[in-house]
Amino acid sequence: MTGNQIMFIIFSAIIIIFSILTVTSRRILRAATYLLFVLISTAGMYFMLNYEFLAAVQLTLYAGGIVVLIIFSILLTSHIEEKFETPALMKRVYAAIASIIGAILVCTTLLNYTFTPGTETAKDVNMNLIGNSLISWGEQGYALPFELISILLLAAMIAVIVVAKKVKTK
Amino acid sequence: MAFDIYDFTSFNQTIDKALYDNLPPILAMLTEMVIIGVVFLLFYALVGLFLVYAERKVCAFIQNRVGPNRVGPYGIFQTFADFIKLLMKELIPINKADKILFNLAPFIVIIASFMAIAAIPFGKGLHAIDLNVGIFYVMAVSSLGVVGILLAGWSSNNKYSLIGAMRSGAQIVSYELSVGLSMVTMVILAGSMQLSEIVEAQRNGWFIFTGHVPAFIAFVIFLIASTAETNRGPFDLAEAESELTAGFHTEYSGIKFAFFFLAEYMNMFIVASIAATIFWGGWMPLHIPGWEGFNIVMDYIPPFFWYMGKTLVVIFLMMWFKWTFPRLRIDQLLKLEWKYLLPINLFNIILMALIVLMGWHF
Repeated sequence: MTGNQIMFIIFSAIIIIFSILTVTSRRILRAATYLLFVLISTAGMYFMLNYEFLAAVQLTLYAGGIVVLIIFSILLTSHIEEKFETPALMKRVYAAIASIIGAILVCTTLLNYTFTPGTETAKDVNMNLIGNSLISWGEQGYALPFELISILLLAAMIAVIVVAKKVKTK
Repeated sequence: MAFDIYDFTSFNQTIDKALYDNLPPILAMLTEMVIIGVVFLLFYALVGLFLVYAERKVCAFIQNRVGPNRVGPYGIFQTFADFIKLLMKELIPINKADKILFNLAPFIVIIASFMAIAAIPFGKGLHAIDLNVGIFYVMAVSSLGVVGILLAGWSSNNKYSLIGAMRSGAQIVSYELSVGLSMVTMVILAGSMQLSEIVEAQRNGWFIFTGHVPAFIAFVIFLIASTAETNRGPFDLAEAESELTAGFHTEYSGIKFAFFFLAEYMNMFIVASIAATIFWGGWMPLHIPGWEGFNIVMDYIPPFFWYMGKTLVVIFLMMWFKWTFPRLRIDQLLKLEWKYLLPINLFNIILMALIVLMGWHF
């Protein structure tokens, strides 16, 4: 076994175990923390693939951004002694059946497909390449989607400010 | 270049080769990981202890006191004694706390700062990992620390802790923006995010000089925003002792408290070394174009001293802030970020882009 394989096994074990814990935990903040571990290990996977940019984005956006937002809203809304009630037995059975079927489907598809290892050398994805393709409008350029997403985000931000703004009473 | 005598690349490669020749690959890799881990842990602990001592001395100097002066000459072993005391203290278990999260929180804070320190270049070739998104990576992992603070505040089941955690969350999330944008300004000038390349680009002059006006504005903003991001005074609302006893770490004792304490100082060290790296040239000696003799003399000072010297100057600035400015109110804090720093920063980025495009920098 090479070092890479060992790292892969560790990361995937963390992802699987903590994903299950995230949905089974009855305390909401613990669930959020387990989710954080899942997201960080996913970033670790990206580091293993030498795709450092995506790994850093994963850490900033998901681990540092979204999880912090989730935890923040939990802090504002729930008390430490609150626990989720365990769902009814039939619900749990249905959920288990659905997830097992899903897992079987994914596994059979993956196992039936023969993956051919590529012979190309790994591409070096550096920041200049990403930056240039984000703002170029020629071949392989992403200028239009980039601008569209910016406008969408701007609209969302303005909408949030309008919703959150207190109306002055006369 | 004369400072190539201090190049550690070949030294590292020799060790690497010796290990891989004598051991199976996995063992060689594990040995390297252990060596690097031990070196960094030692460095981390020593710098942490030194910074606590430095803070007490600087504070004493500003307040016209003597400061620690009993343990060892000038009290330099005071923090070691304090550290042993903290190790021996009782860890008080909290009955109604969420035990798992309560014990986990200090580790998240300290791991986040430990991950950030790995990417910092201490000298040519003295680098644990040289990622091509270096500066972005440092920002990404240091943003994880806030999770630990929020968890600590919530899981202590204490109203002071909760209020402290909320304040610190709001503060770090907003000031992260300014830190990131001022870094982006310098990335525009450097043309790279790789920290070793950013240092290399400052061979003929540090960015604070070559980038003139926008670089200086970015430095000031970075200094303000990173002081806020590390929860230090005058932005220490999260642990404002006069209102919240100790904020998010009220309920912690013994070594767990020491972890928070150490992480705070190490975060200060990390932001100071980032400031030193992207504005003051990191380990690059002071070069003045044209003064050949002067440059050669400067090259003989080892890069590690340059790096530490610059970092310590920035740290001293941050300590100076803490002991001279009064603490901000939460609304003043948010107003400063969103109404002043952010617009100035956005304008500054455009200015820097213009200067780089027109070639007005030196």
